[in-house]
Amino acid sequence: MTDTPARWRARLEPLAIFAALFLLWELAVRWFALPSWLLPAPSEILATARDWAPELAANALVTLRETVTGFALAVAISVPLAVLIAFTRVLRRVLYPILLGLQSVPKVALAPLVTLWLGVGEAPKVVIVVLVCFFPVLVNMIAGLEAAPRNMVDLMRSVEASRWQVFRRLRLPFALPHIFTGCKVAVTFAVIGSVIAEFVAAQSGLGYLILMSTSQSLTPLAFAAILLLTLMSVLLFYLIEWAERRAVTWHM
Amino acid sequence: MQTDGASPVLSMAGLGKTYGQGRGAVEALGAIDLEIRRGEFVSVVGPSGCGKSTLLKLAGGLEAPSRGTIAREGRPLDGPTRQTGIIFQEHVLFPWLSILENVTMPAEVAGHPAGPARARALELLAMAGLADFAGHRPAQLSGGMKQRAAFCRALIADPGLLLMDEPFGALDALTREELSLDLSRMWQDLGRTALLITHDIEEAILLGDRVLVMSPRPGRILADIPVPLPRPRSVETAALPEFHALKQQIRSIIFSQRSI
Repeated sequence: MTDTPARWRARLEPLAIFAALFLLWELAVRWFALPSWLLPAPSEILATARDWAPELAANALVTLRETVTGFALAVAISVPLAVLIAFTRVLRRVLYPILLGLQSVPKVALAPLVTLWLGVGEAPKVVIVVLVCFFPVLVNMIAGLEAAPRNMVDLMRSVEASRWQVFRRLRLPFALPHIFTGCKVAVTFAVIGSVIAEFVAAQSGLGYLILMSTSQSLTPLAFAAILLLTLMSVLLFYLIEWAERRAVTWHM
Repeated sequence: MQTDGASPVLSMAGLGKTYGQGRGAVEALGAIDLEIRRGEFVSVVGPSGCGKSTLLKLAGGLEAPSRGTIAREGRPLDGPTRQTGIIFQEHVLFPWLSILENVTMPAEVAGHPAGPARARALELLAMAGLADFAGHRPAQLSGGMKQRAAFCRALIADPGLLLMDEPFGALDALTREELSLDLSRMWQDLGRTALLITHDIEEAILLGDRVLVMSPRPGRILADIPVPLPRPRSVETAALPEFHALKQQIRSIIFSQRSI
């Protein structure tokens, strides 16, 4: 790679900005002598995180599991649904309004109901994550499946390609970048979804830890959990982007 | 599906196309009568919006006519057929496939064995001067090279008829001239029947055995002009006095249709 220095700079610059922000935060807390239950300094958050490392890790694992399971389920549900909606006019007329209506219901408002029905385990969290995720994945997938230009479809028709061949050889590869876009949007929603669900009723997870620690004025622990959640969200996002780079190797 | 050769490769009788209905209806194509015989290269030239592209879509079975009949090798045409290769204005190569994979795609769709299709594709790519680019992605090729690859793809299934819709329209003038002459040579080597749609009079003459001149919308055929220029044609062909006379003749037919 000839552009290595430039690439390193591109990677280091955001890190430097974050470091500067944290330093400013640290200095501000010390300068104004803010009490730690109100706003802890980064150094204190770090120290607390070290003390509570096993609890943080265990709860992060729970949230991660809920998020990833819900996200994967949402994608698994969206794929056949998107294909059905994109290719059958009747289902499009019937299903689309229903799905749109479902999307318009605030998921936060549904969380207590889902908990009422499914209890306090991980199941209601996964359901909320699915509800939050599946719409962006579905909409982008439908858009992608319909995005193949007319002349490409005409080309496939001119070689007597079957509907399945048009789907497999043209529409699906053409939809791939759109599908990844939907997944990237959805995965950040997924983390939010599991935290919301944990807020309603939970015995574990980072959302539960945040609720528990703020009620006991353990603000540094709450901050540690929030930072961990952010980190998780960012990592999941980049994981999908990495997969996208491996799968979508062309540009239009 | 080889036939006796007596029936024309393509024939149209009273063929017309109207888009939409009622007050919003647009008559794109009037009544077209046309016959293309085996081995012939027919150019269709006309002003933009005269229904040239519609004519090609009907010929390829991509659209159904509103009136009249259309037959391939004497049989009524009821949809697209692999016996007809189409070259569109844009190259329409799939960006996720290599050039070779793009060229073999129609053969794969048809379920032909991969080995011979691959060998034939490489042969065609070599003829088109793309031997070294078989493994490249379309994005790595210039506009002219992409259109050459599209030619190879149209020829892979060995079609009896080649339809071309302004295949050089998206290219710059120099590439255009080079490519059209190359195509002319390839066409002659392969002995293919072809229908070329263009708005470029010189291109129509340079490539065609006959030039059909179309009227503005609704398109009709105003004149059927034979091109008795010798083959192989080259850049020098365009300098011949006969070439110039044909060009003037066609120009005057087209401009006589302008109402001002």
